[in-house]
Formats: sequence, structure tokens, C-alpha cells
Amino acid sequence: MNTLAPFFSFANASRVSWASVPVFSVTKLVRLTGELIRGGARLVAWFGVPDHDETTLVAILAMDDDSILGVARSEPVSGSYPSLTPKYPQAHLFEREAWEQHGLVPVGHPWLKPVRHTNGDAPANAPFFRVEGGEVHEVAVGPVHAGVIEPGHFRFQCAGEEVMHLEIALGYQHRGVEDALAGGPHRGTVFQMEAVAGDSTIAHATAHAMVMEALAGVEAPLRAQWLRAVALELERLANHTGDMGALAMDVAFLPTSSACGKIRGDFLNLTALLCGNRFGRGLVRPGGCMHDLEPERLATLVERLKTHMADVEQAMAWFWDAASVRVRFRNVGVVHPPQAVNIGLVGPAARACGLVRDVRFDHPAGWHRFSQAPVAVWPSGDIFARARVRSLEVQRSGRYLFEQLAEPVDGELRTALGAPQPEALAVALVEGWRGEVCHVALTGHDGRFRRYKIKDPSFHNWSGLALALRGTAVSDFPICNKSFNLSYCGFDL
Amino acid sequence: MYIFDTLMNRMRRGCQTMAYPHGPAPALPDRHGGALRLDASACPAGCDACAEVCPTGAISRQPGSSTTLDLGRCLFCGACTKTCPHGAVTRTSDHRLAVRRRDDLLLGKPGEEELRLAEALDKKMKSLLGRSLRLRQVSAGGCCACEADINVLGTIGWDLGRFGIQYVASPRHADGVLITGPVTKGMELALRKTWEAVPEPRIAIALGACAISGGPFIGHPQHNGGADPVVPIDLYIPGCPPHPLTILDGFLRLLGRLEEQKG
Ligand code: SF4
Ligand code: SF4
Repeated sequence: MNTLAPFFSFANASRVSWASVPVFSVTKLVRLTGELIRGGARLVAWFGVPDHDETTLVAILAMDDDSILGVARSEPVSGSYPSLTPKYPQAHLFEREAWEQHGLVPVGHPWLKPVRHTNGDAPANAPFFRVEGGEVHEVAVGPVHAGVIEPGHFRFQCAGEEVMHLEIALGYQHRGVEDALAGGPHRGTVFQMEAVAGDSTIAHATAHAMVMEALAGVEAPLRAQWLRAVALELERLANHTGDMGALAMDVAFLPTSSACGKIRGDFLNLTALLCGNRFGRGLVRPGGCMHDLEPERLATLVERLKTHMADVEQAMAWFWDAASVRVRFRNVGVVHPPQAVNIGLVGPAARACGLVRDVRFDHPAGWHRFSQAPVAVWPSGDIFARARVRSLEVQRSGRYLFEQLAEPVDGELRTALGAPQPEALAVALVEGWRGEVCHVALTGHDGRFRRYKIKDPSFHNWSGLALALRGTAVSDFPICNKSFNLSYCGFDL
Repeated sequence: MYIFDTLMNRMRRGCQTMAYPHGPAPALPDRHGGALRLDASACPAGCDACAEVCPTGAISRQPGSSTTLDLGRCLFCGACTKTCPHGAVTRTSDHRLAVRRRDDLLLGKPGEEELRLAEALDKKMKSLLGRSLRLRQVSAGGCCACEADINVLGTIGWDLGRFGIQYVASPRHADGVLITGPVTKGMELALRKTWEAVPEPRIAIALGACAISGGPFIGHPQHNGGADPVVPIDLYIPGCPPHPLTILDGFLRLLGRLEEQKG
């Protein structure tokens, strides 16, 4: 049964010929996309492809329960089209982005403004939503924040301590990643893919590699797929541990904060044991992996992992034992499950609203076709839930790694990539530690990239942070922010 | 009860801060490779195998002149060292990479096979900052891995605070800025304002390939190709990202704290 008809259905990490992507009038594409979302699909990507002087809009949907993706496109359009956003808020940033990049106006979009301000202005130089009233005051923060952290601008509308509205303006990190991909891949492309979001190097590099492999019609050797799955969990462990430490820090629970800061570094060093770089640079390449995990190195990895897992479990136990921590996290920064569905949250933020949403499980590709960790969910939607999901995922990633490392896969590490298929579209989703990373490549008649679209999970989830702040005290912003810990550079591209 | 348990556990764990620089430096991961060395005299005429594989154009060879390697552009991917059939480009496993002048990162001329490590600040600056250096970090368009390893220095394993070095929230409280990222057009104004808000005398440090040259994003029109064009730089720390040990070495070198240790 094809649950995404009349869209063309396909599986994660596969390729579709551009000719077989169904074409609809733009009005019909909007209507069909809306109907499918209403029927339970989720918007994974919505972007434009330049076509002479016009633009073809491409919609990619996911039906998570059926492990199936669907794609359709519009006839080339210019000017405007009816907006999806008023009924389906998960489209709001996608439509703003397509407007910013191609000048297509989504008519009826309630808040049409640039996403990144690629025109060189500082992104905060734009009108912000304002709440009027004598008691209302505005708080502006950023782009330079108080800590060692990436730049972004936050504009709060407050009544006393209470936040009525938060608007987030990003784009400060915009360094032209997508533009540089046109006509690619180039010699530097894989290095840029590793630096889309430096803390998610493995996730983005793997998505890129899978796209390239799908275009070439080959699969990476199983040993490489296994190694990528191992590296992906090490990345998750390092970042989740860091986040637990940061949350502990913000509620002044120092034992966990200082322990987790150190253990996070220990996990990064495990990745460095694999490939020399603490963030996994140079490990994943289209066609396979660059560094092997020989038996001796594997034994060292397992030994060290045992110590670090024991350490992190202990540090988390102190934290969850403390009533003062638990009470600080409960009912603060709540995103309600229907909101999460509406804005299309992904990753731990979605799972913390009780949504069972995890690419490793819903759209298994690569090694995850053969083995998966159970999805960690928590229902309450608050900071407590987001911390809880992370802590469950730390445990499950650890257990998954021990299982995988006990049964290493034999074989080659790399396979040769042939030329990419011309006029084809390939899509790869990877569950990074923040959630769904999506890479889409469309090749032209010469087999080079005609369009390459990258979506970091943060693209969905910043709206979640904005909603979590409503009705919360402005002084709770730091812990709310840490509980999401989203990427600026991954969003800004 | 949990307070008691927590305290017991804490005591059991003991001091977790590394001995370095009083003791030996922790080893770099074996696959890290450290700094590069270029012996251009080993390059036969007509060979530019290394330049062809370099993703950032860090290696170049003009006809008639010797090969040059710019560690400010280098991502330390190791492609050139694997490719070079003549053993001209090699890895040294040395974690020390910080320099005071941009040119000190250029390798290739006779006698300049390796980078020229940073010298300490002059006497006056050293007397002002040598025991207490406050840095305002400005992240301007990289990938955030540099920031991640800047943060790592603040954890108990490295304990940057023991050297009197601290990251501060306000430029008014700072002695200098620590810049990461290629300085995107969107961040240029913010960086300038932050720099201007730091009271003089002040220093600026460019950390990571991005902040030195644009790194993996080299040549994109959306940024300034590093911090140089916006703020005068006193210390360059190459890497993508530099290992925490490399960063710490750079800070201590600048403050003249390493010679002191050696006596
Ligand atoms: S190690 Fe540096 S110089 Fe050598 S190829 Fe890689 S980026 Fe270029
Ligand atoms: S130098 Fe490398 S690690 Fe540092 S910000 Fe740039 S891309 Fe990231």
C-alpha cells in the first residue's frame, strides 16, 4: 500500500529519478501536501530549485509509521503561491526560506521575514513582533552572548518577569554552505559537510555520504556502516553528557556539572581514538570510512567506554536523586504534545513530548536496518522531560555500543564510488543527537549538484524553544535554552 | 542521604586535573598527527601531487618557485602527507602550533620547514596580563567545534582557571578577545563593537582555521576570510579545531608561562 500517493514514495537513503517525481500545479502541490500532513505525514523538506527564471518547489514528506518518504514538485513558478503555514505551522520556516532564496511569496504567511539575512545586514535589523501595552517591556539579547556560545539574537516581550512572546533571529553564522555546493561535489565539499554543525560531524558527514552513495548506486561496505553507527552513538554520548552537565550548571548543581564536563571530553577522546579528531573529522567519506577499528584499538575503546559509562551513569544518578534539581525542571518550559506535532519537532525535544520519533527506528538506513536501540520517550514536554530523554539515551547508546562492539563486522572499509546518476534526487535522513539531519541532492544532466539542500534538526526545533518560553519567567531562559541546546551554525548554513 | 553519597563519591574521585604543564603533556591521539613539516627541497620539479589533494589550497606551487604550505589554511586532514611520494610533507606529532605572526605559519622556504612558535608578549603586557588574562570569546561563523574545545579547557580536567585565565561575559571585564569563525558579514559589526568595548591595552587571538583564513569555507563571499581584516591579531592558533592541548599551549606561550615552568 502506498500511503503517500499521489507523491512518489521511496525509502530513506535512496535515489529517485527526477523525471519520476510527480509534477503538480503549485496550488495542487500545496493542497496535496496539506492533505497528507493532515493524514499523519510530516514535512521533512520544502525548498526551491532554480529553473531558468522560475523556481520549482520540491516537497518531501515522511510517513514515520510506514517507514516511507514521499516526494513531489511543482511546475516552475514565479511570484507567489498560497501558503501552507496558516494551517500547517511546520511549514513556516521552510516557506520563509524559499521566499528568501527564490523570492517566492507564500500568500497568507503570517510572519514573512528572512530566515538568515543573506544580504549582509546584521539579522537583528528587521522588524520584530511586538506586544503593545504600558506594562510590557522588551528584552533584547545577543548576538554576542555571555558565555562561549554561538551568536543569535533573542527578543523577548515581557510583562514583568513573564515572557509573553520570544522571537529568535538567526543568520549570524551564515557562511554560504549551500551556495558553495552548486555544481559540486568539489574537493572541499566533504570538509564543509563535516563543519555544517561541528558537534554533529558524524551525522552530517554520514547523511552526505549516503546521498553520494545513493546517487552512485552503491552501498558502503557493511563494516563501514557499522563503524558509522558506532561513531554516531559516540557523538550522541558526548553531546548528551555535555548537555546534562550544562543543565546541572544552570541549576547550580555542581557535582554533576563538573563531572559531566570532564566525561564529555572523555567521550570526545574516544572518537579521537577512532580517527584522530575529537569531533570525528576525517572518519566518514562517501563510499565508506577512512580509519579502521582494529582488534587492539577496539579492545581499548571498549575498556575506556566501560569506565566512562560508569562515570556518567553515576553523575546522572546524583542529579536525578536531588529533589532540588527535579523541582527546578518540572513544569518549566513546557511544549505541549499537539504543539510539538504542529511545529514538526524532531529529536529528543520531540521525544520529550511523548512522540515516538527517531530516524534510527522510523526510517532505518545503513547499519540501523540491522540493529536499533529502543526509542527513549517521556511525556511531559518540560525541561524535566528533555533532560530525562537525554539521560535515557545516554544509557541506551552505551548499551547499544557494547552490543555492537562485541560483534564487529568483517570486511572492507571503502568501496569505489562511480559517477553520480544524472537528473536524480537522493535523500538521506540520519538521527543526529539533536534529531533528524536531512540532506537532499539533485543532480543535473552532467551528474553534478543542481541543488543541494541541508536541514539540521535545529531548523525545526528553534520554534520549540520559542514556544517553551511562553508564560515562563525570563530568568528561566538559560535552562530552557540548554534543555534544547540547538545549533546556530547548522541552522544558518 | 544523597548529599552524603555525593560527597563520598566526590572524595573517591579525587583531583582530576592533569599535571601538565608541571608534568608531561597528555599524548595526542595517535591518529592526530600534530603539526606538519615541509621540506621543499625534497620536491622534484613538476610535482604538485600534494597541492592537488588539499581541500583548502593550503599548499601551492608556482612554476619556478618552491612549494609553500600555509598552516593557517590547513585542516590537518593528512591528505598531503599520504599523497606525497617524496616524503616532503610529514606530520611531526607536535601539538605546539601557536604563532604570533601570520607569516610564521608559512612553510617552505629554506630554514622555514616548520612553523615559528609564538614568543611571549613584551614585558609591559606580560606584567599586566601574565598572571590574569580575561578573554571575551566571540564566535563568528564557524562550526562551533572550536568553541566546544575552548569550553573544554574550563572543565576540571584542564582547569584553565589555575593559570589565571578566564572567559568573561562582558568585553568591559576583558583583556582581549578570542575569535573563532571566518567572521561572517553578519557578525562583523558585532565583533568590531565587542573589540572596541575592550579597554586598552588589549589583545586578540584568532583560533582555528576559520578565524585565520576561512578554513573549510575559504573563499566564500559571505565572510571576511578570518579575523585579521577586522581586528589586529596577536596570536594565531591553527587547527580544525585545534586540540585543547594546542590551545592551552598557545595561551601559556603568549603569557610566557611555559619558559617560566621550565625555569
Ligand atoms: S593536511 Fe592541510 S595542507 Fe595537507 S591536504 Fe590537508 S588541509 Fe591541505
Ligand atoms: S576552524 Fe574548523 S573546527 Fe573551528 S570553527 Fe572552523 S570549521 Fe569549525
